[in-house]
Amino acid sequence: MSAAARRLRGLSRHALVWILGSFIVVPLLYAVLSGFKSTGDLTGDPFGLPSPWQVSNYTGILGSGDFWRQVGNSVAIAAATALITVAVSALAAFAFARYAFRGREVFFTLFAVGLMFPPAVAVLPLFVLLRTLGLLDNPLGVVLPQAAFALPMTIIILRGFFRTIPADLEEAAVIDGCGRFAFFWRILLPMARPAIGTVSVLAIVTSWNNFFLPLLVFTDPKWHTIPVGIQQFQGQYSTNYALVFAYIVLAMIPALAFYAVAERQLIGGLTAGATKG
Amino acid sequence: MTVPSASPSSAAPTSSPPGSPVKSGAPARRAHRRPARRGRRLRGWFAATWFLVPALLVFALFVLFPIGIALYTSFFRWGGFGWPEDFVGLDNFRALFADPVFRGDLWRGLVLVVLSVGVQLPIALGTAVLLNQRMRGRAVYRAIFFAPYILSEVIAGVLFGMIFLPGSGLADALIEDVPLVGGLAGTWFSDPGTALPTLFAVMTWKYFGFHMMIYLAGLQGVPKEVLEAAAIDGAGPWERFRHVTLPLLAPTIRISVFLSVIGAIQLFDLVWVTTGGGPTHSTETMAVTMFQFGFQRYQMGYAGAISVAMFAISLVFSLLYQRFALRRDLQGAMTSGGGR
Repeated sequence: MSAAARRLRGLSRHALVWILGSFIVVPLLYAVLSGFKSTGDLTGDPFGLPSPWQVSNYTGILGSGDFWRQVGNSVAIAAATALITVAVSALAAFAFARYAFRGREVFFTLFAVGLMFPPAVAVLPLFVLLRTLGLLDNPLGVVLPQAAFALPMTIIILRGFFRTIPADLEEAAVIDGCGRFAFFWRILLPMARPAIGTVSVLAIVTSWNNFFLPLLVFTDPKWHTIPVGIQQFQGQYSTNYALVFAYIVLAMIPALAFYAVAERQLIGGLTAGATKG
Repeated sequence: MTVPSASPSSAAPTSSPPGSPVKSGAPARRAHRRPARRGRRLRGWFAATWFLVPALLVFALFVLFPIGIALYTSFFRWGGFGWPEDFVGLDNFRALFADPVFRGDLWRGLVLVVLSVGVQLPIALGTAVLLNQRMRGRAVYRAIFFAPYILSEVIAGVLFGMIFLPGSGLADALIEDVPLVGGLAGTWFSDPGTALPTLFAVMTWKYFGFHMMIYLAGLQGVPKEVLEAAAIDGAGPWERFRHVTLPLLAPTIRISVFLSVIGAIQLFDLVWVTTGGGPTHSTETMAVTMFQFGFQRYQMGYAGAISVAMFAISLVFSLLYQRFALRRDLQGAMTSGGGR
């Protein structure tokens, strides 16, 4: 292939990516710009740049307590979910990876099968159960079920990782007087830090985006998380499009910032379960 | 589920006695070092149980038990308060399958599954192949395509709800004056004929990046040497893709199809935020119908029957799919996951 032809191919490849990418980017860009407009401008001229640039939509939301409380709730619930998921899964994955006990395969299969069940199936009786347990309008009512549904994937990923740590290490530790739990806590977990990071990021993202469960569990607005907050906000200001755009743009920022920081861990986790090898 | 037997690295410190159903890969040398095997095995079981108890408790209480309750309540007429007492047998299920809305849910679910697998996944695969080549800005492009997956369904739903607003949204403004498609202006989510395709467009925007990422990871496993060898043998780009890349990527594709189908069956958030199932049920899914009956009309028994139907459909699909498509792949995915 001549140099010119190769260049042309490279260019057309970029053009193709740009066309595809514009379908992703244009809606996002449109939201950001629309947030700077007044609703009148927005419907009158959807393409144009805002004139004048109205910052008040954004600053108004940032100045309100509601938005920050929702961010705080989402952060706290995501962190608690990740903590419980990882702690509980790590213990179980340790047992699955390093003990030979009767019924191991049965239990493991039980969890692995859980991977195939959509949470939507259980959400209705879950609501009844949470009501019975008095966990409605209680963050635990969201955190615990979220952790439970995250268990299968987390256990599978962690078990895979724990298996790669040589058994000799455990023998050496035991000979040196290390108990089982001490080995788990002081040696295995620190060694598994990359895998722990991956599953934590997965749990955080899933919790952050969860809508169904918080919608059901939290009737009191003081507990609302970001997704529920957006839906409520949209209902409240349904005709003030510019303001709603500003709200969702602000709600995107924490998620995208987290993605920028944790990208490797996240993608590692998503692809770990899905590729062979 | 195929669960592989213990490999040497996974062998427990306590080896089980011969004849035990649990296979142990512990080498024999360990056996003579530890004569009191029986006692150790028991202690091992005991210790393992304690490690498992928290996970089993949480999983049983919040996953298995609710699925059990759903099954139980589906045989009752029940408003959701107190204990269900009005036993109606299979009436809920009979009513369910006679209900045109639920039958429509099944049909729409099937349409979404076929569209996801037939349109969304090929786009994802094409993009992955494109971005697997060496080109400038590749990492940035990947990040952009994946970004919608990070955003919650609610953000995607509200965003596109406003983009597709008849009369004042971006979509109308874009196509109004374009010949052929100009007639679409003002329809989108508000017209029963176009609402489902519009919903699917939003689904594609939201999810294709996820599948693209999975394919990109799978493409890492396609050895360069094989592709080069094929090229030397005179295979063109399409032939190399068809006969080398695609077969090697098959396990990844099968997992991605599985996730896509399960996702389409349980679709809720996007629908709830954009259309609520309307207009005239044209975008309603099983999960939306269930939500309406359970939490808006307080017919929990009937809603339970919908849960059970969803569960049964997912289960049957999972089992059949696993039996016929995933059998070999899962073993690899389950054992080596997270290794990198």
